[in-house]
Amino acid sequence: MKLPPVEYEAPTTVAEAVGLLAERADEASVLAGGQSLIPLLALRLARPELLIDINGIAGLSGVSAADGQVRIGATTREYVAEESRTVADAVPLLAAALPLIGHEAIRSRGTIGGSLAHADPAAELPAVARALDAEFVVRGPSGTRVIPAAEWFEGYLTTARQPDELLVEVRFPAAGPGTGVSFEEVARRHGDFAIVGLATSLVLTGGVISDARLAFAGLSDVPVRAGAAEDLLAGERPSAELFDEAARRAVQDADPPGDLHGSADYRKTVAAAVVRRGLRAAAGNAAGGGN
Amino acid sequence: MVDITLRVNGATRTGSPEVRKTLADFLREDLSLTGTHVGCEHGVCGACTVILDGRAVRSCLMLAVQAAGSDVTTIEGLAADGEMSTLQQAMWDSHSFQCGFCTPGFVMQATAFLGDHPDADERQIREALSGNICRCTGYQSIVEGVLLAAERNRERS
Repeated sequence: MKLPPVEYEAPTTVAEAVGLLAERADEASVLAGGQSLIPLLALRLARPELLIDINGIAGLSGVSAADGQVRIGATTREYVAEESRTVADAVPLLAAALPLIGHEAIRSRGTIGGSLAHADPAAELPAVARALDAEFVVRGPSGTRVIPAAEWFEGYLTTARQPDELLVEVRFPAAGPGTGVSFEEVARRHGDFAIVGLATSLVLTGGVISDARLAFAGLSDVPVRAGAAEDLLAGERPSAELFDEAARRAVQDADPPGDLHGSADYRKTVAAAVVRRGLRAAAGNAAGGGN
Repeated sequence: MVDITLRVNGATRTGSPEVRKTLADFLREDLSLTGTHVGCEHGVCGACTVILDGRAVRSCLMLAVQAAGSDVTTIEGLAADGEMSTLQQAMWDSHSFQCGFCTPGFVMQATAFLGDHPDADERQIREALSGNICRCTGYQSIVEGVLLAAERNRERS
């Protein structure tokens, strides 16, 4: 369908954007890449009176490394992050997930901040942010807040960002030596939203798992960590038996939604399978020294 | 209405679209470039794919006002002098279309992709075209056409 009538502002500074949000918070939507928002408008699932287009704000886009973190500006296009050497070297889990987002033409416009602010629980980037404990930097009328990923995702398409705040940057911790990663997903067709996705990051120290991080996409209304499996894995040596047990524990308390793409039971079965696959792949590339 | 100026197929164009008008509808209705097709209108089918500043994008998923200052290439820009591009000729030779509705989107997506990946193999081409839907061909002839274009480009260089 054609889009409904809407007003449009294109601020050129963060301060200007925050000012507009403060004035019109309840009736405005922030337009970044538009790859989710424009369909929502077309389908009348969102009816903002005002679009605040932040693409023209200088300094809101770019990838930089500092203090053991990789900082990604909110309007950094997904393809830019996908091609970034810094992301590939320092945040290999993000690099593994990016090519799975939508299709090439979607990643031409879609932004890192947009996807994370949209917070679709079946999408790839929320699971990556949750697995790595990324930090979200938001700017509002009363200043800047830094929100940890564990608090960012509050529910379906809902984040801790207040209506008068703008997401300006996302910070990912840089991976240390011995890190192995994998992003696994099962979808009916390539590029579709995952029925279940899993972001996995393992650190191997002397052949022993010293850090295990697993976050599911598509299992709940927010990306969820597989805490019981992470606890089991820490301090153990990788083995098929260990990974089978981790898969069992990862899904034992899961209560996934059932829909036309898959029943709740099917999702749990798929979730266990992607845990085994993800752990094998992550342990393999951690042990191999490469990512 | 917002006044915009942009480059389309090498020419400077101006217009005053409503804010809610997508780039796809602006190209079709305001600039009479009806080669860009509008299928699903929410970013699923790929029929409206154009090249914006060197990247394939869905022209139904951006506002025309957002294209101000950009450089857009549509299907009409590929054979401006009447001679088909290597890709267009290869797709012609491979019977890469039946009804033709999806064709402009496939051609623009493949044009952008081959520009960046001249040595692409079949798997990469299938991946690059995975966001474009065709209900007639079964895709095989489209992939063959793009592979043939890649081969001809390599022979020429």
